[in-house]
Amino acid sequence: MSSVVTLSKPFYSRFSRHRDTLLAAGAPIVIALVGFAIVLEAYGKSPIATYRDVLQGTFGSVRGFTEVLVIMIPLMFCALAVAIPARIGMLNVGAEGQLYIGAIFAAYVPLNWPGLRLQFMLPLMTLAGFLGGGLWAGLSGYLRAKGLLSEVLSTLLLNSVAGFGLQYLVFGVWHDPNSSNFPQSKPYPEAAVLPHIGSGRLHIGFMLALAGVALFWFVLQKTRWGYEMRAIGGNPEAARRSGIPISWYIVLLFVIGGGIAGIGGMAETSAIQGRLRPGFSSSYGYIGFLISWMSAHNPVLIVVMSFLLAVITSGRDVLQITQNLPGAAVNILMALILFVVLARRGRKPEET
Amino acid sequence: MSTSFFEGVLSSAALSGTSILYATVGEVIGERSGIVNLGLEGVMLVGAVIGFVVTAETGNPYVGVLAAALAGATFNMIFAYLVVTRRGNQLASGLALMFFALGLTAIIGKSYVGKPIGGLKDTPIPGLANLPQIGHALFEKDLLVYSVIPVAIAAWLLLYRTSWGLRMRAVGEDKTVAFAAGLKPHRLQYQALFVAGLLGGIGGGHLSIAYTKTWQEGMTAGAGFIAVGLVIFAAWSPIRAILGAVLFGGAVAVQLQLQARGSNVSPFLLDMIPYVVVLVVLMLFGRVKGRVVPAGLKNVFEGTG
Repeated sequence: MSSVVTLSKPFYSRFSRHRDTLLAAGAPIVIALVGFAIVLEAYGKSPIATYRDVLQGTFGSVRGFTEVLVIMIPLMFCALAVAIPARIGMLNVGAEGQLYIGAIFAAYVPLNWPGLRLQFMLPLMTLAGFLGGGLWAGLSGYLRAKGLLSEVLSTLLLNSVAGFGLQYLVFGVWHDPNSSNFPQSKPYPEAAVLPHIGSGRLHIGFMLALAGVALFWFVLQKTRWGYEMRAIGGNPEAARRSGIPISWYIVLLFVIGGGIAGIGGMAETSAIQGRLRPGFSSSYGYIGFLISWMSAHNPVLIVVMSFLLAVITSGRDVLQITQNLPGAAVNILMALILFVVLARRGRKPEET
Repeated sequence: MSTSFFEGVLSSAALSGTSILYATVGEVIGERSGIVNLGLEGVMLVGAVIGFVVTAETGNPYVGVLAAALAGATFNMIFAYLVVTRRGNQLASGLALMFFALGLTAIIGKSYVGKPIGGLKDTPIPGLANLPQIGHALFEKDLLVYSVIPVAIAAWLLLYRTSWGLRMRAVGEDKTVAFAAGLKPHRLQYQALFVAGLLGGIGGGHLSIAYTKTWQEGMTAGAGFIAVGLVIFAAWSPIRAILGAVLFGGAVAVQLQLQARGSNVSPFLLDMIPYVVVLVVLMLFGRVKGRVVPAGLKNVFEGTG
């Protein structure tokens, strides 16, 4: 994907370039907001009131703002899961499923060894989450590397399979007998709940996600692997000829990406739900895909865009409560942003 | 009248296979012109909701089907603009289209959730409908079921026996060469995507108007993605797509019949069956290789598009 070449230059080298990228990323949002306002207007809702409510709900109080940061956590994990393979031109549309499988693997630890101490429990859960998401994505990477199946299709189909798997567990073998009608597992023991920051719902998953972004940036910019990834992303054929093991990279980057989404699933279920439940993700995996594309898979922009999309995602509730619109309507806004980004990037000769 | 397991499977396979086959044939046409459309999922959703709403409002399911087709085609023009005119990334644009449809159809269909409609009536074929075992299952269905195989054959004729089809496939192989030969690649791709949208819309419409006769948010549940997968399995031939649809329809039907008959296996595991079947089949037979792949698509699947 040529847009990958785009970012191979160090984005931090000059302030102006920084500003340009931010502008380039900001304009589509403005255009999309106008487009969405038209849709709202057409449905007899006041766009100004809606936007005001969303802003008030997110920036108007410490609680609301904390909630935005809380939503940012799975979004950053999922965006990384998409961005990492994307740097060599691979499309991971499966962060949603990888999130589920990560959560499932992680849940195995507290549900089977509830007595573990925190210092064993949490690292083990993180590892399990990584393993689950990594294996799930690794399957897609393997099939792609072997030329057996497009990674786009396998990741999409595996999302559905993962979703049913999660439901199977919480309705079946892992169902908590004390919550008769609710499909959910037993609550996790205290040692399996990620520590929270302050008194709200924000948890140290936030730091983990940021650390993931930083590591991604570091590997990309400062290591030989990053150099080789950029080479593959830029010109796979040339990279192959110069002896870079492309198939190996495909599988590895899928495993790492999926593993990161898996940690996201672990963090969300552990810190926010405190047990395994279906529907703990409001399409975070797909929104992560969007974020990664809006950010052109650039680590710093991923953080910025995750924040913005977290604001929009929490707007979902506003649409539902104050405007009486289905929560899914927020997808329109997200799609419009991506439309503008894709339309602009497609036209440009690729060398920004 | 109690029906046998076999009859039940056949009957529900015909229904679920039909909607997926319309979509798959549409996608074959689009991909023959060199464009992969993951937004098919969204096109089907739009067809489903518009078909349902129009049927509910007019009381005429045929007007509903027509509306579903037109809505699907119109909606697909957004995608055409993004990938043909603006040269946006096809796969990402398709997913964006799906998101758009998810939101849009949720708003449009909001007040129709749970509303019943008469929907498309079954029209038994005299004589055939009385055949033992297969009669009721295959020949007492709605008109869209009967017409789907003829449509697939017509699509094949369109692609391989008309000059439009030839020109379109030329564009799908190599846009630049086609342009040099005096063709208008962009116009042909728009046309192909319009036809693909019509068929995708009918596929979605069949789901809501004839199959479930209800509207539910996100009711296509990945059918559009499966159709894109089946195109690979079908090796880009509308005729082989029939085989793919039979396979998928069969997998869905077996699963539904097992559930209906109170199988001990968890319904969620059964729900996985169609997706797993498609995955495995694609792994075994879907190898992207050789000449069957429209050359213009290779870039998309190999990540340079």
